[in-house]
Amino acid sequence: MSRLASGGRIDRTRPIQFSFNGTPYRGYEGDNLASALLANDVRVVANSVTYGRPRGVFSAGVEEPNALVQVGNDTMLRATQVGLVDGLEAIGLNGRGRLSLEPDGHRYDKVYAHCEVLVIGGGRAGITAALEAGQTGDRVILVDEQAEFGGRLLGAGWNDWLETSLGALRSPPDVRLLTRATAFGHYDQNLVLIAQRLPNGGRLWQARAKRVVLATGAHERPLIFANNDRPGIMLAGAARAYVNRYGVAPGKRAVIFTNNDSTDALAGDLKRAGISVEAIVDVRAGEAVLDTFPSPAGGGGQGGGLGGVTIAPLTGGGSRREVECDLLCVSGGFNPTLHLFSQAQGRLRYDEALACFVPDAAPPNVEVVGAAAGDLGGRGQGTIMPYWVVPSDGQDWSTHFVDLERDVTVADVRRALSTGMRSVEHVKRFTTIGTGSDQGKTAGINETAIIATQLGQPVGAVGVTTFRPPYVPVSFGLMAGRNRGDLFEPIRLTAMHPWHVAHGAVFENVGQWKRPWYFPRHDEDIETAVLRECRAAREGVAVMDASTLGKIDIQGPDAVEFLNRMYTNAFDTLKIGSCRYGLMCKVDGMVFDDGVVMHLGPDHWLATTTTGGAAAVLEWMEEWLQTEWTDLRVRLTSVTDHWADVAVVGPRSRDVVRGLFPKLPLDPESFPFMAIRESETAGIPVRLHRITFSGELAYELWTQSWYGLALWEAVMAAGEPFAITPYGTEAMHVLRAEKGYIICGQETDGTVTPQDLGMSWILSKKKAFIGRRSHRRRDTARPDRKQLVGLLPVERDQLLPEGAQLVVEPDGTIPTKMIGHVTSSYRSATLDRTFALAMLQSGRERLGAMVYAPLNGHVVSATVTEPIFYDKENVRRDS
Amino acid sequence: MLIPCPWCGDREDIEFKYGGSADVAYPRDADAVDDATWARFVFFRPNPKGQMTERWVHTAGCRRWFTLVRDTVTHQITTA
Repeated sequence: MSRLASGGRIDRTRPIQFSFNGTPYRGYEGDNLASALLANDVRVVANSVTYGRPRGVFSAGVEEPNALVQVGNDTMLRATQVGLVDGLEAIGLNGRGRLSLEPDGHRYDKVYAHCEVLVIGGGRAGITAALEAGQTGDRVILVDEQAEFGGRLLGAGWNDWLETSLGALRSPPDVRLLTRATAFGHYDQNLVLIAQRLPNGGRLWQARAKRVVLATGAHERPLIFANNDRPGIMLAGAARAYVNRYGVAPGKRAVIFTNNDSTDALAGDLKRAGISVEAIVDVRAGEAVLDTFPSPAGGGGQGGGLGGVTIAPLTGGGSRREVECDLLCVSGGFNPTLHLFSQAQGRLRYDEALACFVPDAAPPNVEVVGAAAGDLGGRGQGTIMPYWVVPSDGQDWSTHFVDLERDVTVADVRRALSTGMRSVEHVKRFTTIGTGSDQGKTAGINETAIIATQLGQPVGAVGVTTFRPPYVPVSFGLMAGRNRGDLFEPIRLTAMHPWHVAHGAVFENVGQWKRPWYFPRHDEDIETAVLRECRAAREGVAVMDASTLGKIDIQGPDAVEFLNRMYTNAFDTLKIGSCRYGLMCKVDGMVFDDGVVMHLGPDHWLATTTTGGAAAVLEWMEEWLQTEWTDLRVRLTSVTDHWADVAVVGPRSRDVVRGLFPKLPLDPESFPFMAIRESETAGIPVRLHRITFSGELAYELWTQSWYGLALWEAVMAAGEPFAITPYGTEAMHVLRAEKGYIICGQETDGTVTPQDLGMSWILSKKKAFIGRRSHRRRDTARPDRKQLVGLLPVERDQLLPEGAQLVVEPDGTIPTKMIGHVTSSYRSATLDRTFALAMLQSGRERLGAMVYAPLNGHVVSATVTEPIFYDKENVRRDS
Repeated sequence: MLIPCPWCGDREDIEFKYGGSADVAYPRDADAVDDATWARFVFFRPNPKGQMTERWVHTAGCRRWFTLVRDTVTHQITTA
């Protein structure tokens, strides 16, 4: 045991049991995993990622590159940041972490916070800044990544000051204090993302601050020498923290290797903890640690640790000496922690006297204080002799580790430079320095200095790599918060949804909507169910919930003019009480969306859109009204959710509708195709439309949403004598494809014109509309564009996969020319065979020809046909 | 990024959709322009490093389309 008998901020009356790699150990309240492991003489925590070298605790904080552990589902945690709790089971990483296949059992939440002042870092500078801001009555948030406030002051004789200051911070009501909370992203206009660790999960804080005070402190950096990665080698400041804050002796015999004054107090601290100081090696005195050797135990287990160091004069040659030790405390100076500052687009400059990068131009409303601002007095850096790498004999650089987590050495940096790379960004990408989960906190500036030394440039001219969020690894679970499973995104349900559920519908997602896909009877599979549903629509009567269609209410004296400009066809002749199919193009002439436009009253219209396109169409319409056609007096309202829509479809649909509306004349003359009527049934007000998306005689019955379920149930009751059959989106797709009706987004993909679809009939020649000018462009008018055709596979039972590419030769040499692709493909009950729609180059010239779809291992042959397979004369539709 | 909606004030960027460059005027008479001019209008957009006049719509709010000037380097926004 290396636990000291007294001292530190741990509570020796509250022991904590934990295990590491299966071995039980004991720590105390106030420990983290790293301090508890050191207290139990566990020197080797993990094996390095590339070379599998044993590694031990290197730091006492977030910058830890070595001591990586897995705890439960958390695959890559720093032992220095894992709070010790009873029953903790940790495993040291052997190379890479392994993703757990178990569901993440943690609970994560998101909090949005607003404040005048956000202080990041709860050390001396941060606490001071928060005290000052708190006095003004402003809303202040102070965050610190550790379990308690104080930073380097903890266990360093500042207890009274800390107690008084934190007491003062707790009294103002608008000061919020967050511990175990790491600010990891600093975005535009002071949006700061903060990850707070909680016992069984965490909280993601999204704080918007008027002013941000960065009191992020400084990270100590190591000096680099041969075999500088053995367990027992650690940052000098970390050794002090383990002794003073955690009451742990991280070794028995120590050597100190330094180039600055910060280690002055260390020797005394170590001695008080019973650690003998075997040597103090100071580059300012002309000496350096040249190399290290392992402890005699060797091998695995508790061996593999540091056994001693070789010390040599800086000038080379001279007398060398070997000193046995199990702890080597290294300090190469301090780097102000400016990750967040840089993320917020603050600029850095290299300070020659301090030998580090300090803040230069700060972004608006960002202030840097304390060590982060280059005030390294608190760290005691004092005089520093900039020094980076101790060269070894024979120019072997293969164990001079620059990035411990990534296992990158000086040899790798030299290799990068010898290939001609000069930019620190290129060297980073070639060597992977700084790309580990520690983001190179102990490696980055050393990398810059090595490049500068090699190239004979000033350090400041080489600069640093771009700092990007996140400052620490953040789990996807935290970012998702509760937005997973059913809460991943909003689920939209129609008024009739409970009926669909009760009647066994299988649902599919259409945008955010849940739509019945098909209604299986007993143990029917989808194919059997859809064939049955289609047959019912063609031969009897079937019913579908069409409520999800997008609906835009359009009102105003200029509504007709507006519609004429938006749609390719004209609406000025459409009478009140009638509707018309309309098609919309974008400015490039490509089909955008389609739907039915209804003329409801004077200056009152309603346009339906595709289910998925509703929001985009409304935005598109608003854009033209608000930015180009500001003179048009038109108002748009989304009414998608206001209406429930029951589509009653099939040759017997009139019988069902008659049962519901006995007084309403339904004969084709009184209520023709594309007419609208208002009526009511059983007290439910209903707007009836003769619209069809199946090609059959059909009625769409609209009612306000809250009547939706009642209307649906009334239709089912009225349809019972006719064996009315509910059907879902799959049958809907088949029925419309048999008629050659397109679906925007299925047949079209933003590169298809109305002409390509064979829909030139819908392009008005009498008026301007969006996209018209583009139809005259040479490329848009090309005769060899892909055109909509039908395909009949030669084998009646063979189903072409949607998306299959089409070629002209069944066995052409590869690469062969692809002339089109399948957009829709189904089995048809009506045709008693499979069929497909496709976009095919010069398709209309190929009618009757054969095309081929090469699939995995076989080829499907198909005949090109017109894209209408059923009732070309529209006899059934108009009946 | 905070975007100033003329109706609602500063709101998070996730409430908005980007509407592209605001400097492209729809030709007064589309039929009168030649193919090259029309193609420039349809397909070509500026992509400056620095100040850019652009359109945004407060799609998850008041649905207002508006124009602002954004610095594409610093994301500083000044109203147009």
